[in-house]
Amino acid sequence: MQFFNMHLMPYADVDLEAIRDHGTAWVTFSNRHYDPVKGADLYNRYLDELEYADEMGFDGVVVNEHHQTPYGLMPTPGVLAGALARSVKRGKVAVLGRALPLVNNPLTIAEEFAIIDNLTRGRMIAGFVRGIGAEYHAMGINPTESLERFNEAHELIMQAWTRPGPFVYSGKHYQFNYVNPWPTPYQKPHPPIWTPSQGSSQTIRWAAQNRYTYCQTLSPIATVAKFFDMYREEARKAGYEAAPDQLAWSNTIYVAESDERAMREARPHMEAMINGFFKMPVEMLLPPGYTNVESLKRIRAAKVIGKAQTLDDLVKSGVVIIGSPETVREKLEEYQDLAGFNTSITKTQFGTMPTEMARDNITAVATEVIPHFRDRLPRPVDNKEAVNA
Amino acid sequence: MTKHDTTLARAGDTDIRVMRAGEGPTLVLLHGSTGASSWLPFMARLAERYTVIVPEHPGFGGSTPPDWLDNIHDLAYFYLDFFRDQGLEDIHLVGQSLGGWLAAEIAVRNTSRLKSLTLVGAAGLRVPGVEQMDPFLCTDEERIRGFFHDQAMAERTIARLAEVEDEDISLANRFTVARLSWSPRGHDPHLYKWLHRIDVPTLLVWGDHDRMFPLSHGEEYARRIPGSRLAVIGECGHIPTVEKPEEFCRELSAFIDATEV
Repeated sequence: MQFFNMHLMPYADVDLEAIRDHGTAWVTFSNRHYDPVKGADLYNRYLDELEYADEMGFDGVVVNEHHQTPYGLMPTPGVLAGALARSVKRGKVAVLGRALPLVNNPLTIAEEFAIIDNLTRGRMIAGFVRGIGAEYHAMGINPTESLERFNEAHELIMQAWTRPGPFVYSGKHYQFNYVNPWPTPYQKPHPPIWTPSQGSSQTIRWAAQNRYTYCQTLSPIATVAKFFDMYREEARKAGYEAAPDQLAWSNTIYVAESDERAMREARPHMEAMINGFFKMPVEMLLPPGYTNVESLKRIRAAKVIGKAQTLDDLVKSGVVIIGSPETVREKLEEYQDLAGFNTSITKTQFGTMPTEMARDNITAVATEVIPHFRDRLPRPVDNKEAVNA
Repeated sequence: MTKHDTTLARAGDTDIRVMRAGEGPTLVLLHGSTGASSWLPFMARLAERYTVIVPEHPGFGGSTPPDWLDNIHDLAYFYLDFFRDQGLEDIHLVGQSLGGWLAAEIAVRNTSRLKSLTLVGAAGLRVPGVEQMDPFLCTDEERIRGFFHDQAMAERTIARLAEVEDEDISLANRFTVARLSWSPRGHDPHLYKWLHRIDVPTLLVWGDHDRMFPLSHGEEYARRIPGSRLAVIGECGHIPTVEKPEEFCRELSAFIDATEV
């Protein structure tokens, strides 16, 4: 299994009380709460952590995009990826991803990714996402056009990377008389493309059809397994068997010497992340048209959004793995076999976690977990049960 | 209450549901963001004196939004086709909220089939410095409270919501509302430039406590539309047709009757 180290770059110094009073840390939570002196320290500290993960043997580092929130301070992730392009010497640099529908000129993303791919001499991984619902409030983009814009921007970027320019592009949302970006990508025909999603069936089908790596974000492992099955099924419909490398689980791992200590240390930071930084009302997360009516009804009926969760809930449902090295290895093996993935996108810092803890965690994952999985592939669960019986 | 009938009517390749009742001068009512799922008391009252026609916009009421429906201009052209295909003439066009914006977009394009225009708490303009509620960043309950000045009436509406509302339809309506009004939020930045083209008698009806499109929007329309008159309804929020139906119908009837003389 390959391991990527992912950072959300939260504003860890945030006033959690202020978020609680306001009700959400997104879109309307005032940036009066942002102190650039603290922010400057955080950006440098987080880049150091990612560089450390690279040194310690992770296969790559991951940044992503969110807007107008202390949840993640990377509205333009290419800037951070650019900084990492020079300092991450071994691993890949992945931007997972840029939210294509949010820009009015997707050519800027083709250009930005091509620069990173050149800078890293072909170590760039390109992520294409639609962005979560809140970004459509933050960026003023019509969520009912999200899918159309995504598809068109994707087509434009792929053409910009693979067709010699200049050429004309004329779409419904984007029109150019001259598509002719300098530079073009270092990797040919283009950087690997990964698509993180919360589990939209449309996105899963689309990723499988295009043979793009699918990354499942923030979900219980049983749900992850269900979505990965869906991907494999869509791949078969498209006429091929999906490789485990095409499936990436985006998780959070925290390792300490004992289960009890790991839980105690992780708890405040994870609960701050899930109940503070991530908190938003359903109308912010799911604006009209962002999902189809069926998914929207299902999510509304489940009434899970906004409900406070404890670390124990998250551990129990397998959203995160927290524990001693042995526990973490066992759980990860079990989950790898259950869901059949071969890529782990792992957050080692979350919420308010200070840097010493985050770095110790990187060390522990790199030395106690990664080596164990280096050559391990998912084993079909049916066989395992047969063995146990 | 006057009995109404519901039929399907076609314009171009699109069928829409139309409620209709009454006799007399033709009054076409363009509904707002909550759709036209039921025959409301103010419609019945107006149907005692007029032919009241309430079309349901494409993409509302559970109908699949047509491929051609991208913005309010598409809808304005659709209704111009609809008026022609249905043979409607001398129309007293009344639009509220989103439907008011739509009525203004229709009227700046072509008034040849219109006898008069009435905008009620209409969207469509942006008035700098005026605070508006964001209808997309609140719960259904908060939005309803925002519609009304009389909060007791708002609470009664909320209480009835669960029994009268079909979730599929209301979510589909929200989709179409977002498609038409997400960005720019509830207005067309170019509309104001052409309001001077409206050459039929125009009445603007506004609640004095409209929090969605406050009275300044009515005043701005009044400034831009030649010869228009602004009627302000007291102790009233965004939907005078529901919150103050008597006053609303009195204002509208007086206006229409004056144009019919």
